[in-house]
Amino acid sequence: MVRRISRREFIRVCTGAAAGVSLLTSLEPMILDTLALAAERKPPVIWLQGAGCTGCSVSLLNSVSVSIEKVLLDVISLRYHPTVMAGAGHQALDALEEAAAAHEGEFFLVVEGGVPTAGGGVYCTIGEKHGKEVTFYDALKQYGNKAAAIIAAGSCASFGGIPGAAPNPTGTVGVWEVIKKTPVINIGCCPMHPEDFLGTLVHVLKYGEIPDLDEYNRPKMFFPETIHIGCPRCTYFSQGIFAQNPGDEGCLAFVGCKGMVARAQCHVRQWNNQTNWCIAAGAPCQACSEPGFPDDCSPLYGRYRLSE
Amino acid sequence: MPKVIIDPVTRIEGHLKIEVDIDNGEVVEARSSGTLFRGFEIILKGRDPRDAQHITQRICGVCPTSHAMASARCLDDAFGAEVPPNGRIVRNLIHGANYIMSHVLHFYHLAALDYVIGPETAPFIPRYKGDYRLPKAVNDLAVEHYIKALAIRRRAQEMLAIFGGKMPHITVIIPGGVTEKVTQEKVDQFRSVLNELAAFVDNVYVPDVFAVAEAYKDYLDIGRGCKNMLAFGIFPLDDKKDETGQNMFIKRGSYTAGKFKRVDPQNITEDVKYSWFNDETSGLNPADGRTEPQPGKLGAYSWIKAPRYEGLPHEGGPLARMWVNKVPEIASLGEKAFSVMGRHAARAVECKLITHAMFEWLDQLKPGEPTYKPFSIPQEGRGMALWEAPRGCLAHFIDIKDYKINNYQVTSATIWNACPRDDRQQRGPIEEALIGTPVADIDNPIEVTRVVRSFDP
Repeated sequence: MVRRISRREFIRVCTGAAAGVSLLTSLEPMILDTLALAAERKPPVIWLQGAGCTGCSVSLLNSVSVSIEKVLLDVISLRYHPTVMAGAGHQALDALEEAAAAHEGEFFLVVEGGVPTAGGGVYCTIGEKHGKEVTFYDALKQYGNKAAAIIAAGSCASFGGIPGAAPNPTGTVGVWEVIKKTPVINIGCCPMHPEDFLGTLVHVLKYGEIPDLDEYNRPKMFFPETIHIGCPRCTYFSQGIFAQNPGDEGCLAFVGCKGMVARAQCHVRQWNNQTNWCIAAGAPCQACSEPGFPDDCSPLYGRYRLSE
Repeated sequence: MPKVIIDPVTRIEGHLKIEVDIDNGEVVEARSSGTLFRGFEIILKGRDPRDAQHITQRICGVCPTSHAMASARCLDDAFGAEVPPNGRIVRNLIHGANYIMSHVLHFYHLAALDYVIGPETAPFIPRYKGDYRLPKAVNDLAVEHYIKALAIRRRAQEMLAIFGGKMPHITVIIPGGVTEKVTQEKVDQFRSVLNELAAFVDNVYVPDVFAVAEAYKDYLDIGRGCKNMLAFGIFPLDDKKDETGQNMFIKRGSYTAGKFKRVDPQNITEDVKYSWFNDETSGLNPADGRTEPQPGKLGAYSWIKAPRYEGLPHEGGPLARMWVNKVPEIASLGEKAFSVMGRHAARAVECKLITHAMFEWLDQLKPGEPTYKPFSIPQEGRGMALWEAPRGCLAHFIDIKDYKINNYQVTSATIWNACPRDDRQQRGPIEEALIGTPVADIDNPIEVTRVVRSFDP
C-alpha cells in the first residue's frame, strides 16, 4: 500500500529538500502514489518543440530517481514528442490532432523552445498539413487553447531565452505571452532541471491543480530563493575574498556570478544526479533561471547590471 | 509522379522536412529543408566575445559541448590564449563523454525504431509499416537495450558533469582552459563511470549495430550519397600549435572527388540561392560570412545554407572521420562504406575508439596542476576553429572590434549534411543519398527515414 501524502507535505519536501538528497528520492512515495492512480488512466501529454535546441528533452532524459522509462511508459501517455516518437510526417501530425481532439480540455501540453512570432511565425514550422506549412506559432495557439494546462519547459518556452535575445530577429517570446486562456507554468533554467519538471508534473497530476506560482509563473516550491543565500562560497563573500578569474577560489561575484539574482535550487540539488553544478565547478552562475536571461545577464563574465 | 513529403522528420535534433519524388518505386529527386531559423549570428553581434561559447551551445542541446569547444578554441585563437595540458585533456574528456552519450542516443533512441518494433503503446505507436526483419528474440533484446541505453546515456552525462559542471549546456569551458579543477577523486570517479560505459559500448552497442547491419545487409548499398568526405579533426593530443589538424586523435582531412587531401579552410564557401537568405551573401567564405534572412524568397526551400568545400558538397560525421582517417574496420568496407549501414558502423567503431582512448587521457591528467591560464581580450582580432560535433564537421569564426563581436559565423555540423542545393544546383549530401532509394509503400516511406537518420541530423 502506498503512503498517502498531503499537498502541504509535498511542497515542504520540494522546498526543503536537504542538500545531498535527490528531490525525487524524497518524493518517491508520492510518485509511486501517482503511478498507482495513473495506471488506471494515463493522462495524455503532447510535447511541442519550437525555437529550441532539444536540450530540455535531453535534460528530462537525465532524470534518475523516477527512471525516465517509467515516466514514459507508466506515468503518462506521450502522444506526441518529435524527438522520441516512432511515427513521422502525416502520421505524427495525425496522432497530435487525434490526441488533442479526443482529450480536449484534459491533455497536458509541454512546450520546449520559444515562440517565433515575427512575420506571422514564418521562422519556425513544425510540419505540413494539407499542402501547407503549419507554423509553431499557429500550432501553439491551436493546441494551447485546448489544453488543461501548459508546462513551458525551460528558459526559451518560458521567457524567450536565447532565441529571444536582442535584437530578437525572429520576434521570439515565451508561451505565456501568446496563450492567455490556459494556465502556463514556467520551468526556468537553461536547460530546465529534470526534477523541477517532474516535480511539477507530479504535483499537477496528483492534486489536479497548479502549484503556487511566483510573479513569473514559476512554481514557488522550485524557485524559492536566490542561489546566493545557500551558496557554499557565501563565506568568501562575507569575508571579502573574491576570485580574480573564473575557477579561482573565492566568491565569483566579480567574474560574472549572478547567483544574487538567480532564484533556483542548484546549490541544493545540483545537476546530473547530484554530480556537480556551475559554481562548484568554478563557473559563475549565469542566472539562466531568470526571465532576463541572457540579455540582463550579459556580459556573462561581467557584473550583473544591478550592481553597476 | 508520386511525391512523398515527410514533415516533420521525427527522432532528430531540430526541425527537418524531406520531400522526395518517386518513379518506378525509387527516389528520383529529393529536397531537404531546415524549417527553423533562430538567428544566432545576428544575436551574437555586439556582445562580449566570451559570451559566444555559452550562446552558441544553445544551437544544439544534444551536442552543446561541440559548440562550447569550437567557440572556446576560436576565442583561444583570437585572444592568443594558451591552454595548459590539464585544460586540454579535461576538454577532451568532456567532449569524449558527449560523443559516447550522443552516439548511444542516436543508435538506440533516434535510429533503432526504423529497424526494431517497439512496445504497442505511445510514443512507440503509431509507426510506419515496413520490413522489420529482426527475429522476435533479437527484437525483444533490442527493446531491452533501448531501455538500458537510456540509463547509459544518462551515466555518460553524469560522467561529463564531473568536470563539466552540468549538462546539457556546460559552463566550465573558457578561453585558456576550463574552470573545474583536477583532483584524484574526480579522476577516479570519472574512470569508474567510464568502465561502465566501455562495457556497454563493447558488449552491447557495437554487437547490436553489427546485428542490425547483418539483418539489413541491403542497406550497405542504399544511401550512397556524394562520396565526398570532410573531417576537421578532434581531440588534440599535445599542446603544440597545430595548424593542419594532424596532432589530433581523429585527424583532419578530406576525401574529395576520390582523392585524400589536406584541408584548407579558405576553400569553404556557403551558398544561399535555395536558402531563405539574401542572394548577395552567396558564395562567401564563412570567415567573412553574412546572415541576412529573407523569409519567403522565391525558389528557396530551407533555412539551412549550403556549405561547400572546393565547390563540392561534402558529407561530415563518423563515416567521414573514419574514412579520412583510414580506420581499418571502415576502410575495408570499400565502396559499401558509403551507405546507411556504413554510417551506423562508422559511428559504433568511432564510439569504441574514443571510449578506450579516454582511459589513456585520464592517466595523463595531473591532479593539482592548473587547468586554465588567464588571458586578455584584444581590442581587435580574428579567430577560427575547425572542430567536430558527433554528427559532423563544425567551424566557428570570429571577428572582434572594440573588444566586442563584430561578426561571428558558425558552419554547423548538420548544415553540411542536411543542406539544400547550392548555386550550381548540386544536391546536398542527404538529398544525394536519397536518390535511388527503393520505396515499397509511399504511405509508409520507412526506407527514406532510414537513409535520413543514418546521418544523425
